[in-house]
Amino acid sequence: MEQKIEPQEIQLTKQDFESDQMVKWCPGCGDHAILKSVENVFPVVGQKMGYKKEDFVVVSGIGCSSRFPYYMNTYGIHGIHGRAAALAMGIKLTNPKLSVWMISGDGDSMAIGGNHFIHIARRNPDINYLMFNNKIYGLTKGQYSPTTPKGQKTKTSPQGTFETPFNPGELAIGARGKFFARVIDTNPKLMQKVFLEAALHHGTSIVEILQNCVIYNNKIHALITGRDTKDDNQLILEAGEPMLFGKDKSKGIILEGTRLKAVTIGENGITKDDILVHDPTTEDTGIHMMLASMAPPELPAALGVIRSVKAETLEDAIWNSVEHEKEVSPYKNVDDLLNSGNTWEIE
Amino acid sequence: MTAKKDKIVEIEEAVVRFAGDSGDGMQLTGNLFSDSTAFAGNDFATFPDYPSEIRAPQGTVSGVSGFQIHFGHKNIHTTGDLADVLVAMNPASLKANLKWVKKDAIIITNSDEFTEKNLGKAGFDSNPLDDNSLTGHLLIKGPLNTLTKEAVKDLDLDNKSVLKSKNMFALGMIYYLFNRDYTKTFPFFEKKFKKNPLVVEANKKVLEAGFNYAETLEVFTNTYRIEKASLNKGHYRNVTGNLATAWGLLAASERSGHHIYLGSYPITPATDILQELSKHKQFTCITQQAEDEIAGVVSTIGGSFAGAMAVTTTSGPGLSLKSEAIGLAIITELPMVIVDVQRGGPSTGLPTKSEQSDLLQALYGRNGEAPCIVMAATSAADAFYSAYEAAKLAMEHMTPVILLTDGSIGNGSEVFKIPKVADLPEIHPPLAKANDPEYQAYKRDPKSLARQWAVAGTPGLRHRLGGLEKADITGNVSQEPLNHQIMTDLRQAKVDKVVDYIPELKIDGDDKGELLVVGWGSTYGVLLTAVEEMRAEGKSVSMTQFKHIMPLPKNVHEVFSGFKKIIVCENNMGQFANYLRMKHPEFKYEQYNKVQGLPFMVSELKTKFDTLLNE
Repeated sequence: MEQKIEPQEIQLTKQDFESDQMVKWCPGCGDHAILKSVENVFPVVGQKMGYKKEDFVVVSGIGCSSRFPYYMNTYGIHGIHGRAAALAMGIKLTNPKLSVWMISGDGDSMAIGGNHFIHIARRNPDINYLMFNNKIYGLTKGQYSPTTPKGQKTKTSPQGTFETPFNPGELAIGARGKFFARVIDTNPKLMQKVFLEAALHHGTSIVEILQNCVIYNNKIHALITGRDTKDDNQLILEAGEPMLFGKDKSKGIILEGTRLKAVTIGENGITKDDILVHDPTTEDTGIHMMLASMAPPELPAALGVIRSVKAETLEDAIWNSVEHEKEVSPYKNVDDLLNSGNTWEIE
Repeated sequence: MTAKKDKIVEIEEAVVRFAGDSGDGMQLTGNLFSDSTAFAGNDFATFPDYPSEIRAPQGTVSGVSGFQIHFGHKNIHTTGDLADVLVAMNPASLKANLKWVKKDAIIITNSDEFTEKNLGKAGFDSNPLDDNSLTGHLLIKGPLNTLTKEAVKDLDLDNKSVLKSKNMFALGMIYYLFNRDYTKTFPFFEKKFKKNPLVVEANKKVLEAGFNYAETLEVFTNTYRIEKASLNKGHYRNVTGNLATAWGLLAASERSGHHIYLGSYPITPATDILQELSKHKQFTCITQQAEDEIAGVVSTIGGSFAGAMAVTTTSGPGLSLKSEAIGLAIITELPMVIVDVQRGGPSTGLPTKSEQSDLLQALYGRNGEAPCIVMAATSAADAFYSAYEAAKLAMEHMTPVILLTDGSIGNGSEVFKIPKVADLPEIHPPLAKANDPEYQAYKRDPKSLARQWAVAGTPGLRHRLGGLEKADITGNVSQEPLNHQIMTDLRQAKVDKVVDYIPELKIDGDDKGELLVVGWGSTYGVLLTAVEEMRAEGKSVSMTQFKHIMPLPKNVHEVFSGFKKIIVCENNMGQFANYLRMKHPEFKYEQYNKVQGLPFMVSELKTKFDTLLNE
């Protein structure tokens, strides 16, 4: 029994989701743009999927990003560090009719919550998981995170970090995640498009948001987002479309041997037909994993929906089992159970 | 089918201990004897004693698995101190269990296993069956392997399968000794081995052969019978504490109309509860085996926010991991039941042995001022009612409740009078009404101080919860100094108010006297037995058992005031005694503590109490 929600005539607006609480992120923080995008997309999600305003639940862990639920006028719960995925799962499994959105950061998801991250990916409950990746600990004021580039100097790595960072996309796909997308906080249009796709995807949708911490890690994504560099360092993926990038879409991605390679159309005999066409729906993780791994300067960073594969959700599997057991179980109520097996009467 | 009547002796009670290698099927043998004891109408209590390794090296003392049953005509409150009958299937099990038998106990051994090699593995220098070291006992040297093979020689079965049923030979002998009808066990074989009729036949033949062998043995001069117990009229069954806990939770779920969400992680000795609840999806019991203890409890909080009757089950090490999340449930004031089936600690400690040493962890093991309800089940059967009450209090008072049981309750079993769910107290959580314009997240019921439960998805009640301090009434984030004081006071006051919703402390015995024995949780049966025996000897001893620990019942002072001396007995180093010293400093408390992974023995308690009376 799939928990289907029929689209219905629900006229929600951005204002329905705006909170009366003061937003306390730093001026210039990327979070503001993300908040606006989420506020903008919820009415669309509601309308397309039939969710009423009370059906949205926003869940978070700890960190700057995790203050998010307080700034949304929905049901919300601000959890403990790293554990938002578990919180979100408990909500979704209890009531599959809710639209559950989880907000987390790179510290929250990749360090203290790393275990929950991989397990939610493999279990696949229908949760929209937005992970703000600014590659730094912001709320504790500037320590390195599991996504901080190796060698970067931070307050706890004055000589530069000694550790190899995680790539969240590789981790999500490696953990058998079914949906992974990447967006940047400077592109609200792409954010809203991808957030909507995440909502429409039935299963755990992990969206990495490259977010700028203006105070402790300013311009960490500059290569990807910078005005002069972005065209050459962003590949915005579209399902069914060739992987083209560059100012006039003159560049593209091809598969050479077992590796992806950036090429220029027209050079070395390369034509548009040689360019890989994006298919996010393949069960095979090979190309998706390679796309998630791409990074400037060698290759552009892949943005948009990298992987979106249909699979049964955890809550559907469990609730189907509930329905089945109700039909076949010899126990119609707890009294039946208490009186089952070996019992005896004392007169 | 029962023994000859002229040899039957009527007795009041008996303790039988089955012991063998952990692959010898002693738990099954014990359980079958328990079922037979139930059919005979006796009251009984059982306790398994098994190693934490699944298959420790065969034949060694560390691989011995035991099962003790205490049954009788009177009400049985303990699993018994020392055994009247020991079944020892190999030398190691004899070695490990000799200290648990009475001086004149009947010891049934499988002499085929007393080989030089096995004696060596068990650490015997000479064969105890021949060296007179067991003088005083009635020793039966039965070649059980040989006799088992003989019994099924006409069946086409391989040697290994045949020897698997030798435990049934021993069971048959015990059936004879206690005048049981062995055919009552046949349906069990028919069900368990229904795909293999040959094995059914073999087990029946071996059980019967064991019974007949015992009958022909000259050494049993008597057989024994115990009159039916004087239990109240009603319908009965046998339950372990873990099963009773699971069922109590299911009953509370049905009665409250809130389906269970259980987020849990396997841990000895609590896993049985997760396993049992996982079977009952038909009651919309949603169980999730989480990736760790923390995810278990945190997902439970999510379940609670979405309106489920939220439960997590664990043991001491798991409770440690859950502490931060329990704090989140306390500050968000969401209902949740945390069952801690305690075991010996610290750290991994004694996973399969019982202890009561998580009390202070349950009371105070969290950051900040983080009070919640703490209660303890007093027996395997009581675990049903305790679990039910824990769920009721959690939901009605909007707070986590920690229910302490322990390995002895969880794995121990006893006779349980089956209640009707409709007869259990009603459960009325303070649910917020949809679109209530007056709703505010932290507005409280003036009497209980519980806030309302506004389940996610309810129209018109959108609100935010979280671990940051909440403003009084509105529930918005607040760092105001005075507000934090108010909220801290309110969280404590809310738990304190629960005192008006729990029963008062009861006294077993006179309400005035020389000595009051105080216990909490699982020690009830053994303390009661010791006190009853001493009262029968004319001594001025009474007892009281605590089931509610945070808050304490309101009449503690009144109860304690009637006695010259108070002794607090517990399976830890004095945690409850110290808690009482803090809560009721007006009394002086003696202590009796035992942390050996074993329950108290009636005899050692009586010795201690006598010393106190004679001082």
